[in-house]
Amino acid sequence: MNWLKEQMGGFGATYRRELGAYFATPLAYVFLAVFLLALGLFTWEASRFFDTGSADLAPFFVWHPWLYMIFLPALAMRLWADERTAGTDELLLSLPLGMPGLVLGKLLAAWTVAGVGLLLTAPMWLTVNFLGSPDNAAIMLTYLVSFLMAGAYLSVGAAVSALTGSQVTAFVISVVVAFVFTAAGWPLVLSGVKSVFGPSVADLVADFSFLTQFEGAQRGVLEMRAIVFFIGFTAFWAVLNGLWAARRRLG
Amino acid sequence: MLDIQRLEKSFGGKHAVRGVSFRLEKGTVLGFLGPNGAGKSTTMRMIAGVLEPDGGDALIDGKSILRDRREAQRALGYLPEGAPLYEDMTPPEFLNFMASARRMKGVARKDAVERAIADARITTVCGQRIGALSKGYRRRVGLAGAILHDPPVLLLDEPTDGLDPNQKRAVRALIARMAPHKAILISTHTLTEVPAMCTRAIVIDRGLVIADETPAGLAAKSEDGTLESAFTRLTDQAEAETI
Repeated sequence: MNWLKEQMGGFGATYRRELGAYFATPLAYVFLAVFLLALGLFTWEASRFFDTGSADLAPFFVWHPWLYMIFLPALAMRLWADERTAGTDELLLSLPLGMPGLVLGKLLAAWTVAGVGLLLTAPMWLTVNFLGSPDNAAIMLTYLVSFLMAGAYLSVGAAVSALTGSQVTAFVISVVVAFVFTAAGWPLVLSGVKSVFGPSVADLVADFSFLTQFEGAQRGVLEMRAIVFFIGFTAFWAVLNGLWAARRRLG
Repeated sequence: MLDIQRLEKSFGGKHAVRGVSFRLEKGTVLGFLGPNGAGKSTTMRMIAGVLEPDGGDALIDGKSILRDRREAQRALGYLPEGAPLYEDMTPPEFLNFMASARRMKGVARKDAVERAIADARITTVCGQRIGALSKGYRRRVGLAGAILHDPPVLLLDEPTDGLDPNQKRAVRALIARMAPHKAILISTHTLTEVPAMCTRAIVIDRGLVIADETPAGLAAKSEDGTLESAFTRLTDQAEAETI
């Protein structure tokens, strides 16, 4: 118990500080505004939300992985790179805190902002209820898995941010990594992999793809596999994040 | 209070600190002197637990920075070089963050923050964001963060760098007020401040301690009796020896 308390030391302080930092600068507001605008634009213009003829949110959820891929690295890029630029990492490392507490505090702060973004899409949910009678339990589930998926994207961004002192570099690398994990499930990529390496390799690649993992949830199917995948993926990158941030101690 | 035992650190083959040892008792203000790149900040970072030493250890109030890092860090107040701060916060927000990171709660936390604000004389800038403050005020906010939890050992990396004469005097007065109850290590390259602030001085060059004296004793070593020529003679000599 005591060990855990030591490791998680600074979790609350870090979470509050990072969340405060998002809202003290225009960052969170700009992120939320542009994210919602883009999501609305894609849902209405590209997916023709009103023309699908069915009262569900499928044309809305289908864009989540792709928009997360671009927007969430922008949210996560400052988490560690900014500390390095300002030199405050030195202050942080001189405090009696635990690395897991720091990593999770930062990740959860960014995750909270992403969660606020998702909450603010509630009018879409209300709209489909107004237009017809959708399966609300299924929509709820899709929201939940989408939120977990957001954490997975953020964990990549946060970990990469600990590798570099430049936010721009962190952003670019995170988007590339996120693209790899997203597009791996793209039919275009999968059929290419299948023709070169055979169907078993293609299945393996698909298993690590966010698109594939999110697909079941999009149809409103509760898949433990997807939930375990996103949580495991996040945990894996959080561990990498801790290791990469702790490298600072080596000089 | 503070026991430094043969600290060593190298960066990519370059030996930055080569076995620095000294002890510091309560009531001592130790001036840590040396030319740029001598290894002052690296040594302080190792004591603060920011950098892991390649060899040696530092005991802060009896706790090892290697084996018992968090306990050692609890007994330490550290002002890093350049006083890095979170610019988007106001000084009270910053101090409250530091207090909560140090697990201070409730009334004790409120009192500690108020005391630190009063001691560092930053009451007038409490409503502004740190990013908008002058260099002198930032340094004092950093100092307030270091003394917040009233630690027995203070580590101040160039606390008066970039301050105007009045601000320097205020910082010196604060250090003098705290001195009887703490062990204080101050790095500086402004030699004129040393006799006014410190009771003991260590000169370090190329990662080695080359002198450990009272400021007066150090000055007496030079021909004209000034600290500056003593410093120049010592560090030049070290340079000549390594060449």
